[in-house]
Amino acid sequence: MENFFKERAEEYKKLLAEYIETQDEKALYEVELVSKAFIKHNILPEEIINLHIKALKEIYPDLVVSYEHSMDFLLEAMISYGLAHQEIQVLREQQIALKSEISIAAEMQQKLLRTNKPEVPGVDIGVISVPANQMNGDYYNFLLNTDGSIGIAMADVIGKGIPAALCMSMIKYSLDSFPEETMRPPVILNNLNRVVERNVESNMFITMMYAQYFPNSGRLAFSSAGHEPGYYYNAVEDRFTEITTRGLVLGVSEDAEYEEKELLINKDDMVILLTDGVTECRDGERFIEIHEVLEVIKQYSHLSSQEMVEQVYKHFERLQDFKLQDDFSLLILRKTV
Amino acid sequence: MMNPQSCVKIQKEWDIVGARQLGRELAKEIGFGTVDQARIATAISELARNIYLYANHGEIRYEIIQVPEHKAGLCLIAEDEGPGISDISQVMKDGYTTSGGLGAGLPGVKRLMDEFEIHTEVERGTRIRTIKWLR
Repeated sequence: MENFFKERAEEYKKLLAEYIETQDEKALYEVELVSKAFIKHNILPEEIINLHIKALKEIYPDLVVSYEHSMDFLLEAMISYGLAHQEIQVLREQQIALKSEISIAAEMQQKLLRTNKPEVPGVDIGVISVPANQMNGDYYNFLLNTDGSIGIAMADVIGKGIPAALCMSMIKYSLDSFPEETMRPPVILNNLNRVVERNVESNMFITMMYAQYFPNSGRLAFSSAGHEPGYYYNAVEDRFTEITTRGLVLGVSEDAEYEEKELLINKDDMVILLTDGVTECRDGERFIEIHEVLEVIKQYSHLSSQEMVEQVYKHFERLQDFKLQDDFSLLILRKTV
Repeated sequence: MMNPQSCVKIQKEWDIVGARQLGRELAKEIGFGTVDQARIATAISELARNIYLYANHGEIRYEIIQVPEHKAGLCLIAEDEGPGISDISQVMKDGYTTSGGLGAGLPGVKRLMDEFEIHTEVERGTRIRTIKWLR
């Protein structure tokens, strides 16, 4: 360290003398390199000014005294910059440590929230959920019930980042702990509403669409707690219809009531559940319209559901220049028989 | 061996200048170079400003430390009977004061000097002892 500084100090002096003599750009370029080496070794600004003063005095032993004082004055003024520089250095290191901790937390969240996509004959399900930042505030969950029905939850925490992600773990464990006889969509939303209302700060809300699908009959029952509407695609009519129900977002009021609706699904029909990260994609400054999303889905409808959701995601990822504004979740269920 | 202490009372903002002045003179006497003199003066500023801003009055004491055939240094003791600091770990954290433009704060003093010790009791006061060694 000492040696490094001495060597560079000599070089600095030489370059300074050369520059005063020639005003040559080469000297300036070389001092740039010296300066970078100083930064790399955490040399503080006041030390460089001190080095400058010393070099100047060696080159001009009879330097004007008032000029010398002015340089001392500058040195004094730089002390606080040196401190600020050191502080930023430490904060930067802390930030790197914090980032790596968050990425560990994000991995853990993924493990905690893992759910298995049910493989049921006659049903083709595809799902994708991509966080905008490291932690995902969207959540989907599958439940395979003993009566053969499939429960599907699609949820979005209003609010982003780590608090949202932590909140989702609570939702998952609540869902898992409900006894099976309560598995009708409005009952589930009612129970979750109470859990959220009691346990989550009043500034955090969760929207959810809960659907229950009976593969044998093709019946789909669903309830929404203020969630982004889903869509039903009728293959015969080649038409999308919005599906939603009345119901407050989870966590607002203890006595919220949830409505239930039903649909009968035929072969090649699709049910699409999503979060607002899909509908609020941007094309430049403009928010895209829902019919554009549905168009893209249709464009890939010859693929399997999983390939479909992946292609749709890629499409909007590209459209947004690979920078998601919000967590993006899309689920497609298609009846294949 | 320690020299008799010198002391500067801090009661008004102007006293900070006097405290810096004395610190710089002692630092020069011990043999510190220009950069370290400036660092010591800045550390004194921070300590004295803290007293002036938060405790109204207090003092800065100076001790020249001479260990024969070993090393020399300057020890600063800043003491007040002000409100004390309830959360030391918070004020010792980077980013706590500088972001508000309040200056380098105590982490800054710690960086400018070589040794740093703080004792504080809420409603009793604060005592900071810090040393710069001559290298």
